[in-house]
Amino acid sequence: MTAIDPTAHLTAEQIEELGRELDAIRDEVIADRGEKDAAYIRKVISAQRKLELASRGVLLFSIFPPAWLLGTAGLSVAKIMDNMEIGHNILHGQWDWMRDPKIHSTTWEWDHVSPAEQWKHSHNELHHTYTNVIGKDNDLGYGIMRVDEDQKWHPFHLGQPLWNFINACFFEYGIAAYDLELAKNLHKRRRRNPEFRARAKAVGRKIRKQVLKDYVIHPLLSGPSFLTTLAATFTANLVRNIWTHSVIMCGHFPEGVQVFERQSVKGETRGQWYLRQMMGSANISGSRAMHFMTGNLSHQIEHHLFPDLPSNRYAEVAVKVRALFEKYELEYVTGPLPKQVFSAWHKVFRLSLPNKKPKVKTPAREKEFAAA
Amino acid sequence: MVTTPLLPSDYLDLVSPLRAGADLRGRIEAVHPETGDAATVVIRPGRGWRGHTAGQYMRIGVDVDGRRLWRAYSITSPTDRQDGRITITVKAIPDGKVSNHLVHRATPGTLIQLDQPTGDFVLPHAKPAKVLYLTAGSGITPVMGMLRDTEFDDVVMVHCAPQPQDVIFRNELHDLVADKNLRLTEVHTDTDGRLDIARLGELVPDWAERETWACGPAGLLDAAEEHWTEHGVQERLHTERFRPRIVVAGDGGEVTFSATGKTVGADGATPLLDVGEEAGVLMPSGCRMGICFGCVTPLKAGAVRDLRTGEITEAEPGVLIQTCVSAAAGPCDIER
Ligand SMILES: Cc1cc2nc3c(=O)[nH]c(=O)nc-3n(C[C@H](O)[C@H](O)[C@H](O)COP(=O)(O)OP(=O)(O)OC[C@H]3O[C@@H](n4cnc5c(N)ncnc54)[C@H](O)[C@@H]3O)c2cc1C
Ligand code: FES
Repeated sequence: MTAIDPTAHLTAEQIEELGRELDAIRDEVIADRGEKDAAYIRKVISAQRKLELASRGVLLFSIFPPAWLLGTAGLSVAKIMDNMEIGHNILHGQWDWMRDPKIHSTTWEWDHVSPAEQWKHSHNELHHTYTNVIGKDNDLGYGIMRVDEDQKWHPFHLGQPLWNFINACFFEYGIAAYDLELAKNLHKRRRRNPEFRARAKAVGRKIRKQVLKDYVIHPLLSGPSFLTTLAATFTANLVRNIWTHSVIMCGHFPEGVQVFERQSVKGETRGQWYLRQMMGSANISGSRAMHFMTGNLSHQIEHHLFPDLPSNRYAEVAVKVRALFEKYELEYVTGPLPKQVFSAWHKVFRLSLPNKKPKVKTPAREKEFAAA
Repeated sequence: MVTTPLLPSDYLDLVSPLRAGADLRGRIEAVHPETGDAATVVIRPGRGWRGHTAGQYMRIGVDVDGRRLWRAYSITSPTDRQDGRITITVKAIPDGKVSNHLVHRATPGTLIQLDQPTGDFVLPHAKPAKVLYLTAGSGITPVMGMLRDTEFDDVVMVHCAPQPQDVIFRNELHDLVADKNLRLTEVHTDTDGRLDIARLGELVPDWAERETWACGPAGLLDAAEEHWTEHGVQERLHTERFRPRIVVAGDGGEVTFSATGKTVGADGATPLLDVGEEAGVLMPSGCRMGICFGCVTPLKAGAVRDLRTGEITEAEPGVLIQTCVSAAAGPCDIER
């Protein structure tokens, strides 16, 4: 872990007790899930669809600036709702318990260029299991950035503020590439791997459909407003990309968030796993509207502890989780959005340069490097 | 293309869920109490409804506490009901999730999921000369569908219920009797004791000559099948069961639903269908009692036990199991 271990004061028993207390919080919500929650997600989905439809309707007249503004704003919000509160959370299986085949992690598809199936694998299986484990969790800098002192510096990292900015603007493509593990798979030998090719084809198909809808069909339907509608959908996608990128950066990059060595997760107990999620995530504080627009990923800590609890419950869970942080004397990393975004960007800039002075390596870390 | 990744129907569903071409749904339009624990639910089916044959059942998917549960119910309305609505009649059973919801809590206006009617507990095309209906409790429902649909010259009915006030459709049955369209014997088991099939001849002397439709609890139907077989007239007996005959249970195991990526522990008595549904896996289902094969699913690994026979099925490529009557027999992997 980075510098000093902020969990060093906990005994093994305390960590397991913490795990049991978290299990109890989880069980309570699960026992209480029901009609109201189901009504919530149906309402959100229905609102999203109406908003998207209405915004695209308004954009048919996007040649008039007020229509352009209104339609673009509406479509941006609709796309954010689709990706965050709806898509991300459904694909986590948060609503599977309803057994509605129309709102289920195995059938849902989202307004995003990465096919749901691939995203679920890289996000749910890899990122959520190996949260913030260097070399295992590719979300840690997406393989293009250095986000912790413990990651080795390379001259390539000098450009990382720029890489990060480009990634923010085209975030959905970044995610698709990342879900494909493009960097790793572009080596000649792997490129011919039939499994990779099938997945790449699926992404190609999805991109084609998305692009056709946003940049050909809807602009064409707008007739004389062709160009302005094209600009509107491009802008909406850009807004959605930058927004989701910012929210997600705030989840694991701000100062105070811990990263972990590969070694430290071997044979992890339930309690230790929980502890890693607690120390490896950061929240965003703010209004209800802000929580909603982040898909409740503003409750990143709670989401990482209980990735499959319905998102509308994270707010109430957060109160109990925060009390546990206090009880066990752990730091609950949270702050308003601008502060967290700044903190994350600050880190991206800072770590684009090599570490100031060589850090004292603990024996454990020496061993890890020797093994690597 | 215009709506990708959604379909146009996803938007149309927002405004017109019962339209032609939509997934089959229905809207509850009224709930009429029949007895203290039974009620008739009036449903307006979607445009895709194909119509039923008297005696058939349909599956309905109801959201109870936010969870979709599917159950089978016999259709009690006649096939030619003028207003196009259909009815089912439900008896609430202790701790029953769906039956209690429908009888006590369902409200008009609620959307439910429907499936096309099915079942071969129906009347033949050629009218038999003499008919016997042998029913008990909620087992009267498919027979009521028949009585309301088709008149026969000679119909006898033997119906069992604990007390007179527990007899569903009692007034309507008595009207049929008054109009000489039905001869009815009510057996009130609280006072008369259980119907002893061996003494059915005392109530209906010519029972063996009658084409018979029987529906009720397993005990009654098992006894009837034995009795009819003993007298060599088993081809005259048609039965409808609401529950499978469960004979065995053994040790359970860990069940993996590999397509959904969930693993849960299961005992050896709970059908895998229930195990999967409880875990939030999308399990196909039908009658939930081993007759329709609507629930068949590939068994990828491990072994399962057929709850009706105790027979063990082991995974092999291409092996399909009926999840509604199979339980885990050790660790297994179900492709859902
Ligand atoms: C072809 C077919 C037609 C049917 N038609 C009708 C009908 O017209 N009217 C009607 O009321 N029901 C009918 N049923 C039964 C119905 O499908 C449900 O099984 C019943 O309503 C109980 O569901 P539940 O969700 O309330 O009970 P659950 O919550 O599933 O079960 C609660 C408890 O009751 C037990 N149980 C389940 N079913 C029964 C039962 N039938 N009798 C006694 N105990 C039971 C269970 O083992 C469990 O312990 C029919 C079933 C079939 C297969
Ligand atoms: S659901 Fe009908 S056979 Fe299993």
